[in-house]
Amino acid sequence: MSMIEFHDVEKYYGKFHALKNINLTIDRGEVVTIIGPSGSGKSTLLRTINGLERITSGQLIVNDFDLADKNTDMNRIRKNVGMVFQHFNLYANKTVLDNITLGPTMVLKRPKAEVEDSARELLKMVGLEDQAAKYPSALSGGQKQRVAIARSLAMNPRAILFDEPTSALDPEMIGDVLDVMQTIAKQGMTMVVVTHEMGFARRVGDRIVFMADGQILEDESDVAGFFDHPKEPRAQEFISKILNH
Amino acid sequence: MFTILAEHGSALLSGLGYTLAASLMALLGSLVIGTAFALFEISHRKWLRIIGRIYVEVVRNIPLLVIALGFYVIVPRYVMPMDGFTAGTIGLTIYTSAFIAETVRAGIESVAVGQMEGARSVGLTYTQAMVQIIFPQAIKIVVPPLGNQFINLVKNSSVLAFVAGFDLMYEGKIVANATFSTFDTYLAVGLLYLVLTMPLSYLMRYLEKHWVSA
Repeated sequence: MSMIEFHDVEKYYGKFHALKNINLTIDRGEVVTIIGPSGSGKSTLLRTINGLERITSGQLIVNDFDLADKNTDMNRIRKNVGMVFQHFNLYANKTVLDNITLGPTMVLKRPKAEVEDSARELLKMVGLEDQAAKYPSALSGGQKQRVAIARSLAMNPRAILFDEPTSALDPEMIGDVLDVMQTIAKQGMTMVVVTHEMGFARRVGDRIVFMADGQILEDESDVAGFFDHPKEPRAQEFISKILNH
Repeated sequence: MFTILAEHGSALLSGLGYTLAASLMALLGSLVIGTAFALFEISHRKWLRIIGRIYVEVVRNIPLLVIALGFYVIVPRYVMPMDGFTAGTIGLTIYTSAFIAETVRAGIESVAVGQMEGARSVGLTYTQAMVQIIFPQAIKIVVPPLGNQFINLVKNSSVLAFVAGFDLMYEGKIVANATFSTFDTYLAVGLLYLVLTMPLSYLMRYLEKHWVSA
């Protein structure tokens, strides 16, 4: 059962061709990592999946909704597809707890008390149960990102998109965030992860997608095989640069 | 000056009352209209953005006196009867709203783009995201420059004097003409303006300190 399907998707910013002939199908429960040099369109691809960027042409089906159709209600997609950003994007004017409960109460219209209980459960899961009353500005980057993941999980989404979730973190914070992501992956969440964490891609990913210049150059289920013997020259070059620095 | 206040105090106080009334109405009105046009300016609909832009650029680049006289002279002749106080207050409201629109727009735009994306990505609508996330943060940014606008507004209300608005400046002019003590009269008028603007100034400082930094 597919969760996300790209068929011949093109995306232009004015004259700039950001995504070129993207064909990609992601099944429910799959963990797909997307890697590639900066400017290769990884984040753009990810952001089209929940409609933060609109595609120029082609077909994009997410959770059985057609995103190319102008009449599709983006909020219904976003309700079911969470997103974790590089810079966290926690609501600066709300406490940690309120950051997590806002979506479920306003969008899903669930009762406040029930939502707060599950929010505290999620905070426990990400190891931040004692931070509920704090504002985001009082947290470290790693803590912020774990709150952002909890916020996303609170919506009970069908899939979560991660846009370089560890790129803005201090090295010693990265492990905690990746651990949480691994836990979610094990629970069967569909995850699309744009990342530079090759260890995570290798250990947790079911599949790896390599992008360059707006194109998907490799799409490989044998993740270990990809890292040991990338087929595409661009991928070979990228891997050797990343692993031998 | 004290003689002026003692002998013509009631006239000046009546003027102060009109100034206060015009200022309060214009303050509320310009806040509402200004915020509306700020929202137009950042709308994703192009025609709303164009309307917002044109309004702001036209209104803020015409002298307040011209706008007030426009309402005092042109509107009664072609549209509907209007007294000087109303014309002056509407002119003041319109004029100030253009500056408030720019202030509010800048405040909203200074809230990081990521805040909106974070809110939209859990399925909040644009309006919900604005109300819950963007406005509460923008207000804190906007309070100090808005304070400036409000103080300017009170002082600019002296434009009513030119359209027979019965305000403080208007009464001052009458008293000065009657008594020939120009210096003392306008000194008294200046003091009475301070009575209005100083508390406003301190209120804004208080808000800035106890609310914005919170």
